[in-house]
Amino acid sequence: MKSAVLVFPGINRERDMARALKLASGNETAMVWHAETALPKGTDLVVVPGGFSYGDYLRCGAIAARAPVMDAVRDFAAKGGLVLGVCNGFQILCESGLLPGVLMRNAALKFVCRDVHMKVERSDTPFTRGYNAGQVIRVPVAHGEGNYEADEETLKRLEGDGRVLYRYCSPEGVVDEASNFNGAAHSIAGIVNEHGNVLGMMPHPENHVEEIMGCTDGRGLFAGLVQQFEKAA
Amino acid sequence: MKARVTVTLKSGILDPQGKAIEGALKSLGVDGIASVRQGKVFDIELAATDKAKAEAALKAAADKLLANTVIENYRVEVLS
Repeated sequence: MKSAVLVFPGINRERDMARALKLASGNETAMVWHAETALPKGTDLVVVPGGFSYGDYLRCGAIAARAPVMDAVRDFAAKGGLVLGVCNGFQILCESGLLPGVLMRNAALKFVCRDVHMKVERSDTPFTRGYNAGQVIRVPVAHGEGNYEADEETLKRLEGDGRVLYRYCSPEGVVDEASNFNGAAHSIAGIVNEHGNVLGMMPHPENHVEEIMGCTDGRGLFAGLVQQFEKAA
Repeated sequence: MKARVTVTLKSGILDPQGKAIEGALKSLGVDGIASVRQGKVFDIELAATDKAKAEAALKAAADKLLANTVIENYRVEVLS
């Protein structure tokens, strides 16, 4: 699997992401600067990492979403290429129109930096095939604006089409108000686009991939992606 | 030419910041505050001298970047 990680000014999780990708795939990851107008040839997966692109000025992800490289990402996604956005990456994908909805200020107005649990809703997608449907995984979050909101119509469509892949839950897997720490609509942690090839999620699976991190629950996502391309090859 | 673009949250969109400000005003004892919604104001200087052109440019700016029309409305005013 050849992956490309986008780099914008103010992004700070790109190295963690590249490390997790290398661990899973064995390949070096291309780091792609925001001013580029093309992705490296043969790219299988584009990752928009977390951080604070452009200092979160205007709106989180708003300025990065208009960077030259995003046109190349839009083309790539339109042709069915896999795109993963994590945290600020999710915000950027929403702002760029690749995903519906918006990430608002956390309902309690606090920046939340801790481990949370989320439930894998289905396992038959490139982004979840490393897990079992219904599996509960522990992943870190670090964001102030991760409260996913969309209009009723969009939420209905997301749910109806099974596009909510990850949902905040209790350690036991119960989706309830107490575990929905940022107030997201329907406890949404991660969604895919209509064609299922673009995933945005707030938690950081790349920070739970090695024993030294205290948890390896994030590995499944990357292992699943690698499997996807082994199957295709 | 001077202009102002005002961006506000659409009605029905939850505004936790506005709510917090509303609570703070109430605890300060400022009377008669029913509700607060927070927005943004952009003061913009334009090279254009033609009002219609200026408005078109401001509208493009708001649609493309200044507002996220999923959750926000905007108003364009040419001031002088």
